[in-house]
Amino acid sequence: MSVHLPPFQQLIDAHAGELHRFLTACVGAVDADDCLQETLMSALRTYPTLRHADNLRGWLFTIAHRKATDVVRHRVRHPAAELDGVEPSVAPHAEPDDELWSAVRALPLKQRAAVVHRYLFDLAYREIGERMGISEEAARQNVSAGLRRLRLEVTR
Amino acid sequence: MSELERLASLRTDASAAVAAFRRRAAEEGLLDVAYAELESPLGPLTVFVTPRGLVRVGYGAVEDEVDQVASLLSPRVLAAPERTDHVRRELDEYFAGRRQSFDLPLDWSLVHGFAGNVLQATARIPFGSVSTYQEVASEAGSPRAYRAAGNALGSNPIPIVVPCHRVLHSGGGLGGYTGGLDRKRFLLRLEGVRAD
Repeated sequence: MSVHLPPFQQLIDAHAGELHRFLTACVGAVDADDCLQETLMSALRTYPTLRHADNLRGWLFTIAHRKATDVVRHRVRHPAAELDGVEPSVAPHAEPDDELWSAVRALPLKQRAAVVHRYLFDLAYREIGERMGISEEAARQNVSAGLRRLRLEVTR
Repeated sequence: MSELERLASLRTDASAAVAAFRRRAAEEGLLDVAYAELESPLGPLTVFVTPRGLVRVGYGAVEDEVDQVASLLSPRVLAAPERTDHVRRELDEYFAGRRQSFDLPLDWSLVHGFAGNVLQATARIPFGSVSTYQEVASEAGSPRAYRAAGNALGSNPIPIVVPCHRVLHSGGGLGGYTGGLDRKRFLLRLEGVRAD
């Protein structure tokens, strides 16, 4: 028996919105569109070869996390890219709360991703660890370090 | 912690990125099946298109149709109405009485064996005329296999475009139809065929 994989469209209907929120929080509105596109492309490429369909949501988030990491690493290596890389064709989405977004994005990537997983998606530390490829304890530490910094930034 | 409650309630819009993804998936040959729901005088239809052509027209509930195609053909299935425009146009013209034959490339992937011969024979029955199960069985190469021909027509994956509604019982009885006999009557009437 081969696995029954649901139509890919079902994954998009169920998860594209939350993946986009996750990516917006991680890399900002301008890069979130590209990142989501890359995430879905990479998922679609390997989709038929999956050997089980137990946790497709987790699988998608793992890919999204990797794409967000790529973007942030690229920015670190090419600091100018952050200024040049803004595609004029991609209109930035309205960000309802710029101050908070930018505070979240000012966090180091690991803390940022951990905080976003915890508070946007209400994940347990064990799941956060799995998605980020770190231990449960490290996930917990990243969340609390991120929160400490956020409190300082936003209440200042 | 109110800052984080605010964070949790933020909304963003993924639709532009999803549309761009769909275009790219098609360009890179990763969109195995595109589908769209169409309105028709027969009720909603779901049409499925592969890079080879029209592969399925479904009368059933869209979720069931999509599920079935995903398990029979490929899970790389996306709602992509822009890739089914030509099908919608030709069906609209047909229902409006402005088209008598379809110029759509067909993908026969969902058809196997003898059923393929039967359905290809059926595809040659012209607009406004009818045939019988026996005749299409003969056309398909096995005059006595009219029962098998009936089964093949009953599981026609591309109804309307492959006009299985034009096949009747030898005695003139309506026979069966994959979408129910009301639809068969409607299609025959549309083509000017009197059938009860």
